Amino acid sequence: MGSAVTGELSAELRGFREVQRLSYECAEAVAAQLKPGVTEREAARMQREWLYERGVRDWFHRPFAWFGDRTAFVDFKIPLQFFPTNRRLEAGMPFILDMAPVYKGHTADIGYSGCLGLNPLHDKLLADLRDHRELILREVRERRTLREIYEDVDRLMVRQGYANRHRAYPFGVIAHKIDRVKERRWSPTLFGFGTQALKGLASDTIHGHRDGWSPLWSPYTFSDHPPVPGLWAVEPHLGFRGTGAKFEEILVVTDSKDPEQSAFWLDDDLPHVRRWNEGAV
Amino acid sequence: MAGLRGAGPAGAGKSAGLKGARERWVRTGGVELCVAELGDTDRPTVVLVHGYPDSKEVWSEVAARLAEEHHVVLYDVRGHGRSTAPAPLRGGFTLEKLTDDFLAVADAVSPDGPVHVVGHDWGSVQSWEFATVPRTEGRIASFTSMSGPSLDHFGHWIKQRMARPTPRRVGQLLGQGAKSWYVYMLHTPVLPELAWRGPLGKRWPKILERVEKVPAGDYPTPSLPSDAAHGAWLYRDNVRARLGRPRPDAYAHVPVQLITPTGDAFLSERLYDDLGSWVPDLTRRTLPAKHWVPRTRPDQLSAWIADFVRANEEPAAGASGPRRPGAAAKSGVKPEYAERFGGQLVLVTGAASGIGRATAFAFAEAGARIVAVDRDAEGAGRTAEMARLIGAPEAWGETVDVSDEQAMEKLASKVASEYGVVDVLVNNAGIGLTGSFFETTSEEWKRVLDVNLWGVIHGSRIFGAQMTARGQGGHIVNTASAAAFQPSRALPAYSTSKAAVLMLSECLRAELADQGIGVSAICPGIVNTNITATTRFAGVTDAAEENRRQKKASRLYGLRNYPPEKVADAILGAVLHDRAVVPVTPEARGIHALSRLSPGALRAFARWQPPA
Repeated sequence: MGSAVTGELSAELRGFREVQRLSYECAEAVAAQLKPGVTEREAARMQREWLYERGVRDWFHRPFAWFGDRTAFVDFKIPLQFFPTNRRLEAGMPFILDMAPVYKGHTADIGYSGCLGLNPLHDKLLADLRDHRELILREVRERRTLREIYEDVDRLMVRQGYANRHRAYPFGVIAHKIDRVKERRWSPTLFGFGTQALKGLASDTIHGHRDGWSPLWSPYTFSDHPPVPGLWAVEPHLGFRGTGAKFEEILVVTDSKDPEQSAFWLDDDLPHVRRWNEGAV
Repeated sequence: MAGLRGAGPAGAGKSAGLKGARERWVRTGGVELCVAELGDTDRPTVVLVHGYPDSKEVWSEVAARLAEEHHVVLYDVRGHGRSTAPAPLRGGFTLEKLTDDFLAVADAVSPDGPVHVVGHDWGSVQSWEFATVPRTEGRIASFTSMSGPSLDHFGHWIKQRMARPTPRRVGQLLGQGAKSWYVYMLHTPVLPELAWRGPLGKRWPKILERVEKVPAGDYPTPSLPSDAAHGAWLYRDNVRARLGRPRPDAYAHVPVQLITPTGDAFLSERLYDDLGSWVPDLTRRTLPAKHWVPRTRPDQLSAWIADFVRANEEPAAGASGPRRPGAAAKSGVKPEYAERFGGQLVLVTGAASGIGRATAFAFAEAGARIVAVDRDAEGAGRTAEMARLIGAPEAWGETVDVSDEQAMEKLASKVASEYGVVDVLVNNAGIGLTGSFFETTSEEWKRVLDVNLWGVIHGSRIFGAQMTARGQGGHIVNTASAAAFQPSRALPAYSTSKAAVLMLSECLRAELADQGIGVSAICPGIVNTNITATTRFAGVTDAAEENRRQKKASRLYGLRNYPPEKVADAILGAVLHDRAVVPVTPEARGIHALSRLSPGALRAFARWQPPA
């Protein structure tokens, strides 16, 4: 499954894969340092500093960290609640690290779910995300409309007994397009989002609006179109009674006629995928 | 100090109701105590202490259940049953002397290890003394208290409320003051003895049966008049002394499980509000029952006692520390749910999705054991699996169509033999059907009534019969609907089935009230579940058109987006507070209110034709 083209990834895709790997390395490094008492703000700063040291200067969005029932966005009413708080990590608590750095002009957007110590429920959620990854890829290859795929993911979640928590994201998106970003000396952020990246997203929105597509993959009518070629950061997010889990990674969609080539995950060597494969062995 | 003898001084035969008990006599402080033992002595020792006016036979039902896995010890408190009374009586019943008795019994039956103490009523009052005085340290492993507060804690409770008499505190004082009427009576000289040895003693069994719903049988024992007459000194020797000058250091040095019967006529639940500051390791339980729980709820008591003994027997199971029953419930769960539903057996139909699944999860979080029933085997299994992950000690998925009577009978006998008698039954399975009356075919009528009404009838009849046969209470919840009050031209069949469920629940509630079994009807309203995705649209023959309408209805329900979890919470609340009819969503509440205030408005609305 997945990237049949790994051997001959274009230089461009290699750049994206490099930054995605860097991000997951950062997530694993920070996750390894998390211990009881660390706050969300501290975890976010650890991610920021780790990436800064390795040359990241711009962001699609600055790092987020959610602990405990905030991983399931319990009682989230306004977007400001996504920002890191002083919530402290405790033993057995689930956490999610979510970051979207820009590195050498390439963007990644990743989500890493973990847990401090043993939590069988969290393990179950992580394991059940696998079906979603397979479902999304399969249906994108079938060129179903994004809205239909969204609804199918929703139905799978309901069958599994979970709540759809990506619905809480702005516009309820399960995914959004990402792209190259010009490197500037000064790269300010606005409400946590890099202005360069926002500019790209806005321009996609305008162009897409003319052609009948949207860079936001949502449950609404503006996503009622087949997948558009490009890079999509896909982030299904499960919630179950105060415990949440997600992954986020780049799905490459091309205009190839070959189904295998028409869509594939940019990288199959990611922590959550490795975990499933190890579990299956 | 422990001596063994063949027969008791009273020369009476073996203790009635304690079959297979081994008896011995323990001599201590000038009295001889009659001690009975059941079960294997290698098992954890559980000492059951009876109250007033009782003898150890009050525990016969609980003891028989515990004896399978425990070394159960019962003794007649001095002056009660077949134990001898101190002479003189005055001053012979102080808590200090009762503690001597307990230690003598504990030394005799379990010289090497600590014992688990269980007390009811005055047995609990004195066990609080055992659990809080230094000289018993190391002799007690755990203490389960029911219907008997520590007199010291009680004294401080009164003092605090007298010192700062806010209206609420005064209310609490007056409330408990009224419940304690018999304590004042017992302080009068001679009269109580005369009453107990005379008319009161004769009528007591009937009074217990009628007022306290204690099942008739070999309890109370014939020794009742003298037990009650001697026991009056328990009050006279201790109450004034301790309430007036409560010990300042009455901290429990053992884990305590507090079981509070919510219908206790003699003790207010508020007495235990401050208990957390006296007991570092406290587990609370509540039970909808009256005062004599050892007689009326032996199954639940023995299950909770066994759980608590197990939790405190294995030292620190794993790195996560000692497992507490009830502590399995997650943080964020309302404590009153965990206190009430921990360890109970809950059966939910229609549990593969929607409200049923959310209800199963809510009970699971509270620590209940779950039977998830649905036509959809995979979904039911999934619900059971997730329920175990969030706190249910055990959970099972069962595949049954609730409209199939034989299948329900089979399920009921399987549940009874393998999992036990259901404590809470949630008849939730239901299907949707919409379309005008004349478009609805008789098959469609039959199907919707089969599931929505007959499913509830079968469930209530078959599982309700098990509950009444056990005679230890329970609760039945039926999922009706706001459509039960709201007539409409769009949902004639569905509304009819749900109105029937509502009336059935009300009738059943009346019939089962005497047996301590509550019945609630839940009327959710518009809740975001997949009922819309499976709803049949009468008169629509085209599959694509039906699909379109299902999608449209689903989208509408999705927009309303009222989560099934809130309905589940309403169901737990309805069971906890024994509510008769519970409308859940704001629209359901509004319709419910209008159906009483201005049914004409609902009738006018019923004539509106929703767009296809």
